[in-house]
Amino acid sequence: MVHWTAEEKQLITGLWSKVNVAECGAEALARLLIVYPWTQRFFASFGNLSSPTAVLGNPMVRAHGKKVLTSFGEAIKNLDNIKKCFAQLSKLHCDKLHVDPENFRLLGDILIVILAANHGKEFSPACQAAWQKMVRVVAHALAHEYH
Amino acid sequence: MLTAEDKKLIQQTWGKLGGAEEEIGAEALWRMFHSYPPTKTYFPHFDLSQGSDQIRGHGKKVVAALGNAIKNLDNLSQALSELSNLHAYNLRVDPPCFSLQFLSQCLQVVLATRLGKEYSPEVHSAVDKFMSAVASVLAEKYR
Repeated sequence: MVHWTAEEKQLITGLWSKVNVAECGAEALARLLIVYPWTQRFFASFGNLSSPTAVLGNPMVRAHGKKVLTSFGEAIKNLDNIKKCFAQLSKLHCDKLHVDPENFRLLGDILIVILAANHGKEFSPACQAAWQKMVRVVAHALAHEYH
Repeated sequence: MLTAEDKKLIQQTWGKLGGAEEEIGAEALWRMFHSYPPTKTYFPHFDLSQGSDQIRGHGKKVVAALGNAIKNLDNLSQALSELSNLHAYNLRVDPPCFSLQFLSQCLQVVLATRLGKEYSPEVHSAVDKFMSAVASVLAEKYR
């Protein structure tokens, strides 16, 4: 089980309360597809992903981004039991979606860059450290049921 | 790897830092030590407390090297040749794919906190590619 200090929990939940999940999720997924274009292979059915503008405006990308980040929010509500919280999603990503877990790390890092851009100085080194730990734990949980 | 557009964006972005390079370097290192404690293992001889002269000095060095690389985007291999030797033979930092990735992430976070919306997806992509290219060159001589 992951140990979170009171400070880490506060830094994570505190910042999360200021996040617009729909916008941030859309941005995160869009950036994943733009910065690491090979990830588009998982979204062949999403239509036009031919340029950054196309990706950012793509309604399927936006909707799916929101879904992904909403799910992430569940982990924040269950900090003491993330592995269990994501067990089903982990199986899904392995068995049905066939996503290499390395991609979870990439998305996590992108989310952090977006939080940094949106919150400036408030995204202090201590805040970043708590969030890097958070995304690492989530990525690990999502990879946990892989076989 | 780097398109003409990427190069333009990188140079423009670097140009916006307005002399804060030293602070940015120090902050990136500090964030790296904080978020990825194992990176501290390469600096047992440093005072790693916040604001230490050694972190500031080293941050300045790192950013100067990156600045030099940015002035020579068409010939990164040559521009970083000395550093490549240093990292491969002397420092032997864990293959750049790993440790330099952490520095790249932290540098990007510092840039994003300062540039906000200007750290657009296109800029993000260009800088990420640039840091990846730097790591590649530094890794060239590892074995």
